[in-house]
Amino acid sequence: MTHLLEIVLRAMLVENLALVFLLGMCTYIAVSKRIETAIGLGIAVVVVQLITVPVNNLLYQYLLAPGALAWAGLPTLDLSFLALVTFIGVIAALVQVLELVLERYVPALQVRLGIYLPLLTVNCAILGASLLMVQRRYDFTESLAWGLGTGLGWALAIVLFAALRERLHYSDIPDGLQGLGMAFIVTGFLALGLSGFTGVEF
Amino acid sequence: MRLSRTHPLIRPLVDDNPVTLQILGLCSALAVSSSLRPALIMSISVIVVLAFSNVSVSLLRYVLPRSVRLILEMTIIASAVVVIDEVLKAFVPGVSAILSVFVGLIVTNCIVLGRAETFARYNTVGASLADGIGNGLGYSLILLSVAALRELLGSGALFGVTLLPVLADGGWYRPNAMMQSSPSAFFIIGLLIWGVRSWRTEQVEQPAFSVRHAEQRETSQ
Repeated sequence: MTHLLEIVLRAMLVENLALVFLLGMCTYIAVSKRIETAIGLGIAVVVVQLITVPVNNLLYQYLLAPGALAWAGLPTLDLSFLALVTFIGVIAALVQVLELVLERYVPALQVRLGIYLPLLTVNCAILGASLLMVQRRYDFTESLAWGLGTGLGWALAIVLFAALRERLHYSDIPDGLQGLGMAFIVTGFLALGLSGFTGVEF
Repeated sequence: MRLSRTHPLIRPLVDDNPVTLQILGLCSALAVSSSLRPALIMSISVIVVLAFSNVSVSLLRYVLPRSVRLILEMTIIASAVVVIDEVLKAFVPGVSAILSVFVGLIVTNCIVLGRAETFARYNTVGASLADGIGNGLGYSLILLSVAALRELLGSGALFGVTLLPVLADGGWYRPNAMMQSSPSAFFIIGLLIWGVRSWRTEQVEQPAFSVRHAEQRETSQ
């Protein structure tokens, strides 16, 4: 149990996907203008991560990994090169399902997330978490913890940043830095802050 | 043939740069920019994938059904990336290990899908090819300049060739450790955007609120 908790905390703080691994940056910069939208997107990312990472883990373990098809009588087959296509397919399908479910049960959130919900398909934080999960050979329960931790970490990062950006509206920023430029520099400082966790063992 | 500033090959370099203006492809531009060699390999991979996907999508533009086009486009892009990934693993295993998941992440690099969606779907094959290569070059321009700065200031070298002898080897240069960590990429891109927008002032964004000056406040009261 402590091992799983350690994975969650590491994924949230030490290996924060947004601010340490720099994944999912396009959405991060583009959807952080208002804090409410950021919170909604954060929740959506947690949900998507919590489902896609374990599902991809099962698919990889029982279908794609070298020798994984031994149960089907094909012990020498290595389909791991198909991992990328499979993962992106799973993510695209799940995001589509999530959109339908939200539309049916929480239409307000679905309207607020708008175009950014389907764009989660091309959010590299989501595909990245699945690829890193394969690289680190996590088993099923570990992948659940990893999915939860990475999702929470990304949500934490975008909500913090959106709060900072709302304050930036009232600052007197040089013309050329207005908007995107300042967003980068502020993210840099946030990342600098999180790098304080580097090397921390839980 | 003289290329004008609005040609699809030239426009994405500065005037419509994918990284500094369209906010596309930021993840890999930030994450693989700590030294030049992986950055160069990454740039070449992205240009190849972009050119391939733009041409394929443009060729299929009359037969792609609108409702399932996203999944089909993703499949085209993913196939190209799988090929690149296997080629890199076979011929440059060292660089492939440094790039780790980032080659795979070209699939979700928003430049590729973004250009397929906004350009290749509506334009001829030739223009799409030019647009793909142009956007790839615009991305590479940012990636390589950030990587050059970070490698030079972070380890005193370019492409692994020492230019500034570091203190550890008896030289005079004290490497800037921050340049090797991820936050520096944000600062460099932020400052780069400042530079570009001071040069091309039409790219400046308008502030959401403007500062009211003291005398305005007096008159309004």
